[in-house]
Amino acid sequence: MTDTSATHAKMQDPSRRARLAEFWYYFSENRGAVIGLAVFVLLVILALAAPLIAPHAANAQYRDAILVPPYWQEGGRAAYLLGTDAVGRDMLSRLLFGARYSLFIGVVVTLLALTSGILIGTVAGYFRGWADTAITRVMDIILAFPSLLLALVLVAVLGPGLTNAMIAIALVQQPHYVRLTRAAVMAEKNRDYVTAARVAGAGNLRLMFRTILPNCTAPLIVQAALSFSTAILDAAALGFLGMGAQPPTPEWGTMLAEAREFILRAWWVVTFPGLAILITVLAINLMGDGLRDALDPKLKRS
Amino acid sequence: MLRFVLGRLAVLIPTFIGVSIIAFAFIRVLPGDPVMLMSGERVMAPERYEKISHELGYDRPLPVQYFDYLTDVLSGDFGSSIVTKRPVLDDFLTLFPATLELSLCAILLAVFIGVPAGVFAAIKRGSFFDQAIMSTALVGYSMPIFWWGLLLIILVSGTLGWTPVSGRISLLYYFPSVTGFMLIDSLLSGQAGAFKSAVSHLILPTIVLGTIPLAVIARQTRSAMLEVLGEDYVRTARAKGLPPFRVVGIHALRNALIPVVTTIGLQVGVLLAGAILTETIFSWPGIGKWMVDSVFKRDYPVIQSGLLIIAGIIMLVNLLVDLLYGLINPRIRH
Repeated sequence: MTDTSATHAKMQDPSRRARLAEFWYYFSENRGAVIGLAVFVLLVILALAAPLIAPHAANAQYRDAILVPPYWQEGGRAAYLLGTDAVGRDMLSRLLFGARYSLFIGVVVTLLALTSGILIGTVAGYFRGWADTAITRVMDIILAFPSLLLALVLVAVLGPGLTNAMIAIALVQQPHYVRLTRAAVMAEKNRDYVTAARVAGAGNLRLMFRTILPNCTAPLIVQAALSFSTAILDAAALGFLGMGAQPPTPEWGTMLAEAREFILRAWWVVTFPGLAILITVLAINLMGDGLRDALDPKLKRS
Repeated sequence: MLRFVLGRLAVLIPTFIGVSIIAFAFIRVLPGDPVMLMSGERVMAPERYEKISHELGYDRPLPVQYFDYLTDVLSGDFGSSIVTKRPVLDDFLTLFPATLELSLCAILLAVFIGVPAGVFAAIKRGSFFDQAIMSTALVGYSMPIFWWGLLLIILVSGTLGWTPVSGRISLLYYFPSVTGFMLIDSLLSGQAGAFKSAVSHLILPTIVLGTIPLAVIARQTRSAMLEVLGEDYVRTARAKGLPPFRVVGIHALRNALIPVVTTIGLQVGVLLAGAILTETIFSWPGIGKWMVDSVFKRDYPVIQSGLLIIAGIIMLVNLLVDLLYGLINPRIRH
């Protein structure tokens, strides 16, 4: 309980509130960013409420309703608003449950890449020397491969599946965080406030994570938004190639892979899952642009 | 300049060695036993297993195997495919022109539409056009291209019947491969309709592969252009009374293009990653599809050397872009 009241007190801290208000001022100036945020919040709500609002179970097969077109098209039925797929599963319900997977993938991959990237990047930027050289080299090596190809081979090594796909994508994304954190830590490290903290007796760990790191967050937040959308895209691509989530998981990319053979007969089984991916990624990228504009002091002045 | 080049090379060599170690290590940890796969047998007596393992050199210590592999690679021997039994390098050289042709067309499409669109958006900043171009670019940037490809197949190939669904050229035509580029070879063959068939096969994959680079280049050109348009020398040029076209086209665009050149260079990795998906969708016989197929067939030598070659190409192109950048922008060299 004391913990929550402590964070609560922090939130009431006037300078923090002022900064949040300033951030929101700049963020809300960007119409696209606000639309993106609204769509994203809606998607989160739909994903959380999927078991309550989905008309059917995600994997329920209706033998009498195979490849039924959407409601508004000839032959469509009200029970299946967006039609059914080749084994008679309701598209709308599968899409709603699929939203849970995509958002979950985005969160897990971003958290994995962000935490490991920040840890490694802070160490590299703070200590420099041989550790820095070694870390930078390894990151260069990872970045020399096309990310999707590396993720594909990694998944082949680890075995196809959603968990391994997430690990593989996090691994190929993490060098970007390492580079950003390293550069930011190097820029902050020799500032007066850091020297002051050091003179006051702060140890390396405290200097790294409590003194320096909080001042390096702006580029990391923007990168996090970017990697959230890339993670969703890459996971869907792996699913599409048959290396991500395995059928019958209602993951959007996997749904597309299953729908491929019906593209010329049933447009809806292909169109809707892809549209869902596009809308989600677009909403996140819109927010990312808004975040960048609101957090980038260079643009603020102009 | 020489020091700059040497400095870049000094970084490149350890990176390449690292890349080769990773490519080598993948094969040793992939599930499935390479000895069983290589021999093509399902059940094997232990003595026979040891014999084949010995023949293939898998019973030696890993570092020894690695140095042998590296020596082979440096002398141009990338191993042979388990499936086709052909040398990996031969397969690569046969398939690479297809990917190169597709990628070149895609990047040309991206540059010739993206740069003008970005310039136009920057000049008309805040206008309806600016917003329309930038919104379209953001949609393109967010596009799951594997879905985009399927969608285009439904619309253009399925409903309209304008373009073929897959492949590089209609089976009606046959001619020897001279350059490996279907567009050039079909022209050289002199067969009526061959060139048209090659073009119609190329259109959709080009659009699909070019979409993300196009969006990135348009966004990058716009922001570089906006930055340059605010510079003093542009104001001076305007104040001198130069016509707007001269100010934008000669004074501003030239300088704005410097970061854009880097962006174009960085798209090589994006293109090769995109080629994996695009070639799979359109059954385009290039290295992207080749790698995906090899992963599914567990064709270890191809995966190993394919990764190495592709990473090598990306590193080389990045080096060239770096050098080019140093050439255009002398400040970088120091």
